[in-house]
Parts: sequence; structure tokens; C-alpha cells
Amino acid sequence: MSIPKIQLGLLDPRRIRLALAFVMLLAITPSALPEPQTMVIGYVGEQRKPPPPLGPLDEVVTDDGLQGARLGIADDASTGRFLGQQFRLQQVILAPGKTPAEAVKEFAAAGVSFVVADLDADLLLKASDAPGAERMVLFNSRAPDDRLRQEDCRKNVLHTIPSRAMLADGLAQYLVWKRWRHWFLLAGPRPEDQAMAVAFRRAVTRFGAEITIDQPWTFRPANGRADTGHVTLQTEIPAATQVSDYDVLVVADEADEFGAYLEGRTALPRPVAGTQGLIATGWSAVNEEWGATQLQDRFHKQAGRWMLPSDYAAWLAVRSIGEAATRLHSLDPTAIAKYLRSDDFLLAGFKGQGLSFRPWDGQMRQPILIAGPRLLVSSSPQPGFLHQRTPLDTLGIDLEESTCKF
Amino acid sequence: MQILISLVLVLVLVVPAAAETIYVSNEQDNTVAVVDGATMILQAAIDVGRRPRGMALSVDKKTLFVAEGDDNRIDVVDLAKRQVVGQLPSGADPEFFVVHPDGKRLFVANENDNLVSVVDIAGAKIIGTVDVGVEPEGMAVTADGRIVACTSETTSMVHLIDAGTLELIDNLLVDTRPRAAAFSPDGKQLWVSSEIRGTVTVFDTATRAQMGKIEFDVPGIRREGVQAVGIEMSRDGATAYVALGPANRIAEVDTKTFTVKRLYLVGQRPWHVARSDDQKQLISANGNSGDISFIDLENQEVVKSLPVGRGPWGIVIGP
Repeated sequence: MSIPKIQLGLLDPRRIRLALAFVMLLAITPSALPEPQTMVIGYVGEQRKPPPPLGPLDEVVTDDGLQGARLGIADDASTGRFLGQQFRLQQVILAPGKTPAEAVKEFAAAGVSFVVADLDADLLLKASDAPGAERMVLFNSRAPDDRLRQEDCRKNVLHTIPSRAMLADGLAQYLVWKRWRHWFLLAGPRPEDQAMAVAFRRAVTRFGAEITIDQPWTFRPANGRADTGHVTLQTEIPAATQVSDYDVLVVADEADEFGAYLEGRTALPRPVAGTQGLIATGWSAVNEEWGATQLQDRFHKQAGRWMLPSDYAAWLAVRSIGEAATRLHSLDPTAIAKYLRSDDFLLAGFKGQGLSFRPWDGQMRQPILIAGPRLLVSSSPQPGFLHQRTPLDTLGIDLEESTCKF
Repeated sequence: MQILISLVLVLVLVVPAAAETIYVSNEQDNTVAVVDGATMILQAAIDVGRRPRGMALSVDKKTLFVAEGDDNRIDVVDLAKRQVVGQLPSGADPEFFVVHPDGKRLFVANENDNLVSVVDIAGAKIIGTVDVGVEPEGMAVTADGRIVACTSETTSMVHLIDAGTLELIDNLLVDTRPRAAAFSPDGKQLWVSSEIRGTVTVFDTATRAQMGKIEFDVPGIRREGVQAVGIEMSRDGATAYVALGPANRIAEVDTKTFTVKRLYLVGQRPWHVARSDDQKQLISANGNSGDISFIDLENQEVVKSLPVGRGPWGIVIGP
């Protein structure tokens, strides 16, 4: 691999002065290096109505995802300025009810080859199937749906957000490591809660746990923040959790409607895990290990809030493109798209090991954080869960069970 | 094995090395452990600031400087008194630093500010800063004091700084998430480790050309489990030792052929290594097992592990 360098004999003072002057010039206008080239990365998101915050300390966030992509651009630029590579984000935010086909058309017209698709599953598929998208790589930074990695997988999509199967497997490994093997699964009524429950049911069979009680959440969500709201919950939750003994209550409530009401109110004194309580997630503001402090600080400085899982997934997408451009010394989209899927690609993602894309479904391999409300509790894969390729492939849909056909 | 260890211990006790003391920063205990090198016994723990990591001795070897990442300062430890006697400013979040051979200045990597700060030791003030890449971490200085090297983790570069003018001489691309940098004793080679790739890249300091790249194949451990971090050069420049983090190994590398000659199995997650003054012993600070491993280089074996506290990170050997 050729490394850009300035040849000079250290011992010749004239040459040193000359070289220093040259280097200073570069330091002032680094884009003057080789021939500055610009890569435009697309971002398509949706206007979302943020749900009313469940707790008084919760932040209302309207720009999650986008801020992560922006930080990715800034980080890409840090190496890029030394290599004559510039990165710019072209963003489109879809109004409610709009399809992304128009955005894809805009990107195609602007010569965009890589797009952060911060979209729900249905819109993601519309984007990836839109005319012009076949020549792009879309990064799914939002939709955890397993079907996007299975029967609905697409050749032009890479996934930086972990799938529900990965989240469930990450949590299951930790709970099995704890020997909390008997689960009480409590799943909400929404389709995404049901999908998460499917992932939990799959996970227990893989790692030797058991769902001894499997119940739907049937109560209408009460408002815990109403005056004396706690009185109602104090009566309702014990009734809703009145079951035979178990080790841990695993809740599937992605919309955050009732899961947070469980902790401290269950009939039996047992921990709560899943989408609330002890959560499994791709990213959490509590992670400060593996050098993450600096990433969290940079993000907070830029966005004025903490980094959310969708921010992290968008950041991973933009950083993947930057890392490939760095290693290839090139902004050639065809070469970058090929390199991203190659065995050689490894991204540093502040989770303790290099991240790469699975060739069989385009999912990014990554550790799953097990986080409490204030501190990181663990990170999966857990010790002892082995795999013939890499322990990271113990999380999610493995090659042998993949139904994805590109 | 037990007998062998005892024998080695006896040998060490019978022929004690020149009086040496090992200092280990415990990043989770906020202490610096003090270990007698000859007896391999833990003697004291010095209370320092929060999250101590990088350490270095003053030129006269009477003072130990300790970077306190969470306190944004460098503690000055009097080694005779074994206590903190002063503080130096460091810039934000100091992780690693070097003492310039002039004895007057420290070059500190400020991980959160993308800066290298230059600290005047006598005046206890920052006298200069150099802009580098994102998340500067590893620091090294040539023995003649002319060039300081700094790695930046997210930018994946090593930056060469003119120690006199504080200007950037060059920026070299290296493998992903570079951690440590080390110059050979003659200053001709610059070694840079990559944590995520698990490689070490060697540059010719004068021409900046890449001379070689070292990969570490650890039997039974997958690629992502082999991560190169701390580097220690032997005084004769013939051998380099590289800590391999989660692979729980220290690699011994020939600096002429760039081949890995040996792997030593040590405690869990070694961060940094140091070689004793008589060059007969190599000691690693093992972050996850909370101990240090003593490697007898003459017999090429690990002879002892000694618990020193929680989160051992930096290691320095003094008189």
C-alpha cells in the first residue's frame, strides 16, 4: 500500500525549511493536498412526531439519526483533509406520507452513490427499490426488522442498526451467563412488539433459556405522570404480573408505552430486562468504555444532547464510507462499495473490536451493549459463546439459517 | 512447573538485579502501585488523581509524572517520599505523554481536544499546543529530542512534530485506531501499533517510507481478538515488545526482519510493557486481570504474576 509522504532528507537544513514551509501551507489549506475530491453522501429521514416523553427527565428529540450522520462527516473529514478527500451530506427529510422515490431521484441526479436511509422498514424497501437506487448503496440506520435481513433483504442495502434478532441474542447471552434462565415474556400489542417477542422466543432456544410464561400486555397504557398516576400503576402492575415464579421479566415494548412502569412494581421481586430496565441496544449514552468517552463528548458538543442508537447507526454508516475511502486512497464509489463488503474491511466503532459487514445479508457485525439506566452493565457476545467464524456471529441471523437471496 | 518457578525465584533472589522499582498506574483504583523489582513484592500504593494512565520519569529519575485523565492534570510524584507533591496543567483529558530529553518539557496528548500540549515543567504552565487529528493518544520522542510523534485514533494517523518549532513535519496514514508510537533508540525507525487491525507499522523516520508491517498470528485467537497496543524497544534496538491486548500475549519482534520471534502468555488484556534496566526482565501491566506479569527474557518464560490493583495500564521502571 502506498502511503502519501513527502520525501526529504532530514539532515539537510535547507530541505527541512522548504519542506516545513510546504507542510505549513498544507496545514493551513489542507484541501490543497493532491487534488481535492468531494464525496457527497445522501441522507434521507422522515419527519416524525416524537412520542410524548414517558418520564419528566426524558428529552424530546427530533433530529436523531441526522446528528449522527453529521458527526460522521466531521470524523471522515479529519483523515480526509490529509488525503485530499472531502465529504458532504446532502439531506432530504420526508414529510409524512411521502415516499422516498423522489429523494432517490434527487440523489441520482446529484451523482450520489451512498445514502444513509434513516427510514422505517416499509419506506426503506421503497427507497431501495426506487429507480436509480440499484446503482447506490443504502445504509439502513433505523429499521431493526429481521425481515429486511431475511426474505426482504436487498442487494443494495447494508444494515448498521442491529437487527431485533441481534438485540435478543445479546440479551439472552447475558441472562444465560447470569443463569437467569426462566423468563416471563410480556409483549405489547404493536406489530413491532410482536416482532421483538418473536426474536426473544428464538433467542431462548439458541442459548438454553426458557420462556416459562408468555403473556400479552392487555392493559391500556395508563398515564403514569398524571397526578396520583403512581397510585393506579401501583394497583394495576402487580395484577398484570401475577404469575408463577420466574427469574427475569423480559418486556417487549418498543414504543416505550408501559415497559418503564414495571420496574419496582412487579408482583414478585424480580428484575426487568428487554426494551426497558436492563436493555439490549446498539448504542447507549452510558457507554464510556473502549474510548467511547471521546465520541460521546464530540457528539454532545455538536448536538447538545446524548447520542441515541439511531445516531450511532447513522454515524457508523458515514464512517464506513470514510474508512473505506481512507484505506483505498480513493473516492471511487464502485471500489468503495466492493471494499465495504470485503473481508479486509474493519471499522473502529468504540465497542472494543473491529466491525464488518456480513456478506450473506449485509448486516454489520457488532457487539450489543447491555445497559442499565445509568451505567453500562455488560457487552455481548458473552464469554463462552463460541462460533467457528467469529463470536460476533453468535448474535443475529447466521449464514446457515439465512434465507436472504440477493 | 511449580518447582521451576521456585527455582527461578531462588535464582532471582540469589542474584538480585540492580535495585529497581516498578511503577504501575491503576486506572480504576486511582493509585500507582510500587513493586520491588528484585523481590517482585508489592510495596506500596500511592494515591493519585482520577483515572491515572500514562506515566513517565523525570530525566533525573527522581520524579514520576502521572497523567490523570479525569482530573485534566498531571500529578508530580516524589519517588523518595512516594507521594504526590505537585501538579502540572496538561490540557483536557491527558492520556499519554512523553518527557522531552531536554528534561524541561512534557508533550501531552489531549484526547478530547485534538491537541498536543507542551508543558513547561519548572513553570507549571502550557507553553504551546499543536493541532493534530481526532483523539490523539500515543506519544514518542526521539532520543536526540528533535521529533515528537503523536498518534490520532479516529484519524488513523501518526503526526510528526518538530519539537523546536512545534510545527507538523508530516502526517502518515496508519492502520485503524493507532494506539502507541515508539522510536528505535537510534531514532531511525518509528513503530506505530493499530488496535483494531492488530498490526504494527514501521516507518523510516527520515524518509517516512513504510519499512514493514507486522501482523500477529496468535493460535486459537480470531483476528478481532488480536489488538496491538503498547510497544517497548530494547536498549540495543534489536528487539521490540508489543502488548496484544485481548489476546493476552506479549509479542517479541525482531526489528531487522520484522518477524515475530515469540509470544508470551501473560495476564488478561496487557496494555503496556517495560523492560528492566538490566534488560533481563520484561513486565506487562494487565488491565483485566489486575496484575503484572514478569517475563524472564534469558529463559524466555513468564515467571510470576503479581496482583497490583484494579485496571493496571501504564508501567515505568525506575531506580
